[in-house]
Amino acid sequence: MWQLLQIELFKIFRKPRTYISFVAIAAMVIIVQIALKFDGRSYVEFILGSLKDSLEIPYDTILNGYFVCFVILNLLLIHIPLLIALVAGDSVAGEANMGTLRLLVTKPVSRTQLMLAKFMATVLYTALLLLWMAFLALLLSVLLFGVNDIIVARNDVLEVIKSNDVLWRYIAAFAYATVALTTVAALAFLLSVFAENSIGPIVSTISIVIVFTILSEMQIPLYDRTVKPWLFTSHMLAWKGFFYTQTDSTHTSIPGSIENLPAILRSFGILMGYIVLFVGSAIVAFKKKDILS
Amino acid sequence: MIKTIITGWLLVLVGAPAFTYAQDATLLVQQVRTKLDKVNDYEAAGVMKTDVSFMKVPAADVKVYFRKPGKLKIKNEKGISLVPKGSVSISLNNLLSGKYQVLDGGMDTIAGVPVRIVKLLPLDDNGEVVLSTLYIDPAKLLILRAKTTTRESGTNELEMSYGKYAAYALPDRVVFTFNAQEYKLPKGVTFDYDDGSSKQKPAGETKSQRGKIEIAYSSYTINKGLPDTVFE
Repeated sequence: MWQLLQIELFKIFRKPRTYISFVAIAAMVIIVQIALKFDGRSYVEFILGSLKDSLEIPYDTILNGYFVCFVILNLLLIHIPLLIALVAGDSVAGEANMGTLRLLVTKPVSRTQLMLAKFMATVLYTALLLLWMAFLALLLSVLLFGVNDIIVARNDVLEVIKSNDVLWRYIAAFAYATVALTTVAALAFLLSVFAENSIGPIVSTISIVIVFTILSEMQIPLYDRTVKPWLFTSHMLAWKGFFYTQTDSTHTSIPGSIENLPAILRSFGILMGYIVLFVGSAIVAFKKKDILS
Repeated sequence: MIKTIITGWLLVLVGAPAFTYAQDATLLVQQVRTKLDKVNDYEAAGVMKTDVSFMKVPAADVKVYFRKPGKLKIKNEKGISLVPKGSVSISLNNLLSGKYQVLDGGMDTIAGVPVRIVKLLPLDDNGEVVLSTLYIDPAKLLILRAKTTTRESGTNELEMSYGKYAAYALPDRVVFTFNAQEYKLPKGVTFDYDDGSSKQKPAGETKSQRGKIEIAYSSYTINKGLPDTVFE
């Protein structure tokens, strides 16, 4: 199995398109950092809205590395699925397109092992991409902007979290984001089984993610309780839940607390369910597939 | 002639107490001011708690700097604190600075302590403060409550309790109540995580809300001088 995984990883990292994602993330992160370095105050003013009329805002300290990292994640984690689909959608369909899939299944390994190795390689790619993002968005931002308490702007709540209470939240958020993006990878992986070239599964995955994300963000009561709770895109945002804190009776936030951990665990469970469903379906479909290419 | 004398005496009998009360109130404010004037500057360490419905802020270690006549700065040197504008009146010295007309408002009690209510009408028509109402403990010459109506920030309220720095009229605990505007950002900007527990705000809830800041002081350094840089 380890040897299979090594082979699959070699295939992934041999292709130039794999590195497009790493370059794209670096470009996007650095662009946001430059923008905030030179005009971060405007952004802080925007997110604090009319509060500047009633509160004295310490703009310089708000614009710190932790805050910048949160802004970057907020902006990019919606777009990263597109980059994940580039590789995951190619894993089986790419081989079919090159004519190597038939040869591959003649090897003395089961189709299940082959699919699991391919999926694990995709998961490792996803994790590496997020590690790269964490390095740039968190470490580089901390180096450029320093460290201080973080302000998290929600729809109708403003959270302040102490700097010594932030790092574990980022570690949890990145770990959760890996699971969230693995769900997208699993979807692209499933679609990849049914295609003869990688364009189809990549475009299909991107389309599904876009439609589901729009549905997740729409404020329509009909969908709120019926459709949205079951869309995986609704649960992909649960990484933010690690930055929502509990409060005592005087609205003072409690350090080290999470506002609704059961909800995050439920979202985690739903995403894991989707991953199992997508990968399981992909394996079943692949085992039944009559491979002609 | 007799009628005029009787009327004159009646006027004196009715008007004298009011005049005396006003004089008492002016004297009381003067005595409180004299007590406060013992402090030229101070640096105080304390813990600040913020209670605003739309904010979730942890308790923060803060330092409060004051220098006569009216400079005040609240600093959170290890983090971020969002301090309400108008919090300069957290310092009582600022409340009693300037020129004003003193009006007596009678007696009341706060937590069982008899207090005299004194209203201060600033003589400066263009000043930020429109009216201040002070609840003064006349026995200890301490202000226990102060309500300040300002042009920009509405009405702020200050409640104080005293301990070991009562001799300088410096409180151990201050609760500052202020007007806070509603906070709202579009969901398309914040991309909030909906955990299914969000509750709708009741209809008719006012946009303007009251916020509270409580500072529990642990120590004061009084009259040791402060550099200008702390107020920047």
